[in-house]
Amino acid sequence: MDDLDRRLINRLQHGLPLVPQPWQALANELNSQPQLLRQRVQALLDDGTLTRFGPMFDIERVGGAFTLAALAVPEERFDTVAEQLHAMPEVAHNYRRGHAWNMWFVLACATPDGISASIAHIEQLTGLPVLNLPKEETYHVGLHLPV
Amino acid sequence: MSACTCPSDPDLTHRLIDLTQAGLPLVDDPWAWIAERLGISREQALQLLQQLQRDGAIRRIAAVPNHYRLGYRHNGMTVWDVEDARMDQLGPLVGAQPFVSHCYRRPRRDGWRYNLFAMVHGRSAEDIDRDRQRIRQLLGDACRADDMLVSSRILKKTGLRLNRPAPTDRAQAPSQESSSCSE
Repeated sequence: MDDLDRRLINRLQHGLPLVPQPWQALANELNSQPQLLRQRVQALLDDGTLTRFGPMFDIERVGGAFTLAALAVPEERFDTVAEQLHAMPEVAHNYRRGHAWNMWFVLACATPDGISASIAHIEQLTGLPVLNLPKEETYHVGLHLPV
Repeated sequence: MSACTCPSDPDLTHRLIDLTQAGLPLVDDPWAWIAERLGISREQALQLLQQLQRDGAIRRIAAVPNHYRLGYRHNGMTVWDVEDARMDQLGPLVGAQPFVSHCYRRPRRDGWRYNLFAMVHGRSAEDIDRDRQRIRQLLGDACRADDMLVSSRILKKTGLRLNRPAPTDRAQAPSQESSSCSE
């Protein structure tokens, strides 16, 4: 990763400008060339430094729903349950965390009913109770990781 | 072209989500790429995106980094049992800290006493311990207990992806490995 990659990652976390020539605008800002910037983004996607490039939708503003949920999975079943959740498209993120509730995941669905159906499905699939913790209030959202 | 030009048209919005939730291709003219697939003009496509961003339906069109690859190997979900009556004052205060990426109030449950969640990210275990300590100071005696759940493994990170009943004649989304909405 060189200096241009760093500046590009920092800048692109704030978003592509919504102007008629977005890559040209970005190139002007970064004192570079549009074609080169796109090649760099592709390379960063290919090597896994970036996981995605595209619109970040607020699911709830477009009628969808999501929630944070957790399972307390017995250690000997951990990998199996992780695979079961991995196969579900509703499971957006899943992290192992150091706690009795050791598996924490985000469910995203096109409708609020989809959330309860997904939770019921997971409970049936795993035989484990789901700790469902939908947000009641948002105080801040805005991940920025400077490099 | 035929599609409605009204930017808040929900059908058009949902087609845009279907088209781009896996990612936007790295082409010279992304607005034209979207316009062609939605059957609208390039100007309408850009207006649609601008409108959705103003409405908050699109936060931004951004690159989502892999925390680990950028050196942020430590992420802690700090959780706090905060006196309900003081939450309206303290939640926004914790959320406003520059080292907090996400901050929410969530319900208490049987076996789960914590009602305030704040995510912190750092390059070392000491970084996130320090962040936790700062939050503890802010909350003071309004906090009755707290914990920090540190992630030890990413099991899945595809981002939020909505499965909708498929309309016919759907354009294929570009093939990026993953998608994300709010994270």
